[in-house]
Amino acid sequence: MRRRIALVAAAVFLIVAVLVAAFVGAADLNPLATAAALLHLPSSLDPLDRAVLFQIRLPRVVLGALVGGLLALAGAGYQGVFRNPLVDSGMLGASAGAGLGATLAIVYLGGTGPGTVPVAAFVGSLAGVAAAYATGTAASRHTVLGDGVATLLLAGIAVGSFLTAVQTFVLQRSASDIAAVYNWLLGSLSAASWQQVTTILPYAAVSSIAILLHGRHLDVLSVGDEEARTLGLRPGVTRAVVVAASALAAASAVAVSGLIGFVGIVIPHVARRLAGPSYTSVLPLSMLLGAGFLVLADTLARTVLSPAELPIGVVTALVGAPAFVWVLRGTSHVGT
Amino acid sequence: MRIPLRSAATLGMAATCAAALAGCAATTSDTTSTASRSTAATASSTPSAAATFPMTVKAGNGAVTIKAEPTRIVSLSPTATEDLYQVGAGSQVVAVDSDSNYPADAPKTSLSGLTPNIEAIAKYNPSLVIASQNSGGLVAGLTKLGIPVLIEPAVTTLGGAYAQIEQVGQVTGHAAQAASLTASMKRQILASVAKAGDDHRGLSYYWELSANPYYSVTSATFVGQVVALFGLTNIADKADKPADGGYPELTQEYIVTAKPQVIFLADNEATDGGQTPAIVAKRPGWSGIPAVQGHEVIGLNDDVASRWGPRLPQLVAEIARAVEQAAQQPAS
Repeated sequence: MRRRIALVAAAVFLIVAVLVAAFVGAADLNPLATAAALLHLPSSLDPLDRAVLFQIRLPRVVLGALVGGLLALAGAGYQGVFRNPLVDSGMLGASAGAGLGATLAIVYLGGTGPGTVPVAAFVGSLAGVAAAYATGTAASRHTVLGDGVATLLLAGIAVGSFLTAVQTFVLQRSASDIAAVYNWLLGSLSAASWQQVTTILPYAAVSSIAILLHGRHLDVLSVGDEEARTLGLRPGVTRAVVVAASALAAASAVAVSGLIGFVGIVIPHVARRLAGPSYTSVLPLSMLLGAGFLVLADTLARTVLSPAELPIGVVTALVGAPAFVWVLRGTSHVGT
Repeated sequence: MRIPLRSAATLGMAATCAAALAGCAATTSDTTSTASRSTAATASSTPSAAATFPMTVKAGNGAVTIKAEPTRIVSLSPTATEDLYQVGAGSQVVAVDSDSNYPADAPKTSLSGLTPNIEAIAKYNPSLVIASQNSGGLVAGLTKLGIPVLIEPAVTTLGGAYAQIEQVGQVTGHAAQAASLTASMKRQILASVAKAGDDHRGLSYYWELSANPYYSVTSATFVGQVVALFGLTNIADKADKPADGGYPELTQEYIVTAKPQVIFLADNEATDGGQTPAIVAKRPGWSGIPAVQGHEVIGLNDDVASRWGPRLPQLVAEIARAVEQAAQQPAS
């Protein structure tokens, strides 16, 4: 019951967030005319305003929802797989790999065209996770750290540091690109377009469904590998599938938005606080809350200083961190 | 190649940097009143007089004494490199930084002005180092080695740019050439502005430093003031806030609804974002902007548009051509 209420509440939250976001912006469109245009009724918006609404504002809202949902879901998936509440969607070399990919694209390809940097970030992110996973799995055969989970995380940290070092090295050799790379690293939805939405949608759908289907498995996994095995689960397989799906989800998000922090680690905890620790509810709830949260954060980013814009990472942390502390108050079952 | 200001702006530090350094360059001829009164007199004397060393000048890093006419100059600033060559000090230059791509025959090295390596600079045994910012302990390090260093920071006014060129001329023993260079620059700029006429006054413009995110410049910045020579209105001014130091990030929504009549792309070249007029026209939602409809999206020479050196008349001429055309468009 509690989880059903939580799910409905999260869905309502997302819808409200999307509506608010659709109606506010630097363009100051007339709300009634905007509503009419959105409902495909005759509207007093002139062609330029319509272009602003349908080609600039709406794709940004939709992309924000997608990115937020994917980041939070990937974070929740990782937290479940690694039985660790401090893990987020950028783990296992995902963010570092994306950063390196984007930096290489900006420095050596001039960042030209709308496609280069996203593709490079996407590939980099997946390659980072693959490298970390391969290293971690290989190392865990000789490890003294008990099960393979800790080894995998440590391998992720090592691979991430290595990739970040390479990225920094490349960047230092091309100082004129520092601004472009920093802008990317800070994360932004400012160039959102329908094309970006349709590009990531297939990956988003496949990865989300794969993760959402593993809620029960993650619950079983939370008791430990040995116990899970006695319950008939193959921990290695589950881990590989969820890691792969989470990596794909995070990579799709990062490709179009850069590195947006905070969502992937914090939203799953909010979900737990609302509906308890079972991943069957934490996963869908994280997705809805993450989507709504990022839509609101981006709305703030583009309106607080309107017509200037704030980097969205600033908003997610500035608004999100205090909210998170408030959520944590009295929470006893944070963690797995 | 607009590095210093843009990266700083992005990191939110531009306010300090720009505010602190703005005035420095403009005070070239205010030589220091310290120790040697005679040198001070020499330094500030008429440009036509032969330079007398030692001289003390006031640069971005305060009073700097140069003992003799420098014969081995290292430039860590693309603008300073252009200044040096245009005032006739090119033969005294032994090394320039990796971003100094003009003139083409300048001795380009892998030296960096953003992350300078003191040892690498010292290897050239310079008698003078010129940079646009004091990063990585540059001034302190070189001073320990007894190498005089001039910081010639980004300027905020045309007057500052002229003063900086004249100072570069002065310290290299080419004061007269520098004076005639700036005089000619002033003439060319005035001519461009006069030729463009008055029909364009009040046209609105958007100056794009980068796309995604969309960084622009306000009228308070150097380029903003250059465009202001033509009496255009800057759509970024409404977005100004102190922390940006004149380099606000604009939302696309605002750019489109502000309906700029001219768009200047300073992120036009392939190495620098590659945002050509054709790409701008294809951006979703941008086709209704008057500048796009009237083909008034101007791809600038990015280097010229981000430096404050002797090629300024070229930038002004590019702007002049654009506004002349725009003024001929029917009012939108």
